[in-house]
Amino acid sequence: MPEMLSLSNDPILFLSLMLAKILAVFIVVILIVAYATYAERKIIGRMQTRLGPTMTGPLGLLQPIADGLKLFFKEDIIPAQSSKLAFLLAPMMILVPAFITVAVIPFGGDVVIKGFAVPLQITDLNIGILYILAMAGLGVYGIVLAGWASNSKYSLLGGIRSAAQVISYELAAGLAIIAVFMLSGTLSLRGIVAAQSGSVLDWYIFSQPLAFCLFVITSLAEINRTPFDLPEAETELVSGFCTEYSSMKYALFFMAEYANMIVVSAITATLFLGGPAGPFAGPINLLLKVFFFMFLFIWIRATFPRVRYDQLMFMGWKVFLPLALLNIVITGAVVVFL
Amino acid sequence: MIKELIQGLSITAKHLLPGNSTTVEYPKQRLETSERFRGLHHLVLEHDREKCVACYLCPTVCPAKCITIEAGEDKNGKKYPTVYQIDMLRCIFCGYCVEACPLEAIEMTGEYELANYKREDFCFTKERLLK
Repeated sequence: MPEMLSLSNDPILFLSLMLAKILAVFIVVILIVAYATYAERKIIGRMQTRLGPTMTGPLGLLQPIADGLKLFFKEDIIPAQSSKLAFLLAPMMILVPAFITVAVIPFGGDVVIKGFAVPLQITDLNIGILYILAMAGLGVYGIVLAGWASNSKYSLLGGIRSAAQVISYELAAGLAIIAVFMLSGTLSLRGIVAAQSGSVLDWYIFSQPLAFCLFVITSLAEINRTPFDLPEAETELVSGFCTEYSSMKYALFFMAEYANMIVVSAITATLFLGGPAGPFAGPINLLLKVFFFMFLFIWIRATFPRVRYDQLMFMGWKVFLPLALLNIVITGAVVVFL
Repeated sequence: MIKELIQGLSITAKHLLPGNSTTVEYPKQRLETSERFRGLHHLVLEHDREKCVACYLCPTVCPAKCITIEAGEDKNGKKYPTVYQIDMLRCIFCGYCVEACPLEAIEMTGEYELANYKREDFCFTKERLLK
């Protein structure tokens, strides 16, 4: 077993490989974000018996680039009565947590380079999941700040809704994951992947189906995707927290939404579907799982109407939270007595 | 409740299969208009001149008042319109002029792409209507 590459045994190789990994992951995430918008419009279009984009390039494939260019050249408006600094800060505060969460997701096993084992993961925190939950909690600050800084009633309502929603659903999501730790015995994502590395049946989706369902649904609510997209409910709140935003700042909110989708898909794949395990090379397996979940999210968006606000709160506190607690009790009993 | 959710998902999944799109890709693909479609007007020809005898029934019945006719007489003493002009910006394509015409001298075609750049281009003179 070769020695693990670290800052102490070959600093130059370590730093250059670290940079390479960060760049690779960043570029892949950006590319997926760009083409997720295309895929979403295409798939939802088909599901609603429309065609989606067809005119920009072959099959409309240049649409994300055209959209990006359009948003880039739009006038950047900052409302006169807004709180300028917070208004500028909000889009960054929502995008950055979304991107840095990817740092702890393992996208393959170890590779041996120059006699050192290099893990295919930007960094392996021993509190990986705690870090992910913390970043998910930070993401909502951007939304609340955007809602407050815009000085518009729709934005403010969107921000407040988002805060209430994240508090209600983060609890259930966190409790759902606890059952996974009880089986794996570690908070490190690398450890969790290792614990599922046996056969396909070792994947936690089979031993924790309830936790899996709970986590997928609650994380949908956490990243404000339909049917839980109340913070930007078009029908009631114009565009919710991003009503007053235009140009690249609006694009950043959009990118954050899709980046969050990727992150949540990757976390779900890592926690419940064995991460990079599968028939192909590690990163490809993980990407396939991520694409599966993103398709699922798009499919859900094309199908279900938005839930009402009281239904949202009812589900969070009276359905998902008790179910997550029950799951912990059952898992605990199984772990202790079997 | 879960049964209904799955039903909904299966409906959208079915629509995803190819061949379920109802979109007509308009500029590339055009639907054929119905025979009774009320598009651009056309003045009917009879022996290389218009059938119209300038009886003024069509401007009388026209609710949008978009038809202008000036009557004249040819050398045989037959009445004909020296000016027959339809302002397409005012026309509402109701087809009353066609109904009112006793000689079936005016009819409507399936032509519906009438957008133009200049105001004058919407004024359809006799020559353009005879084409």
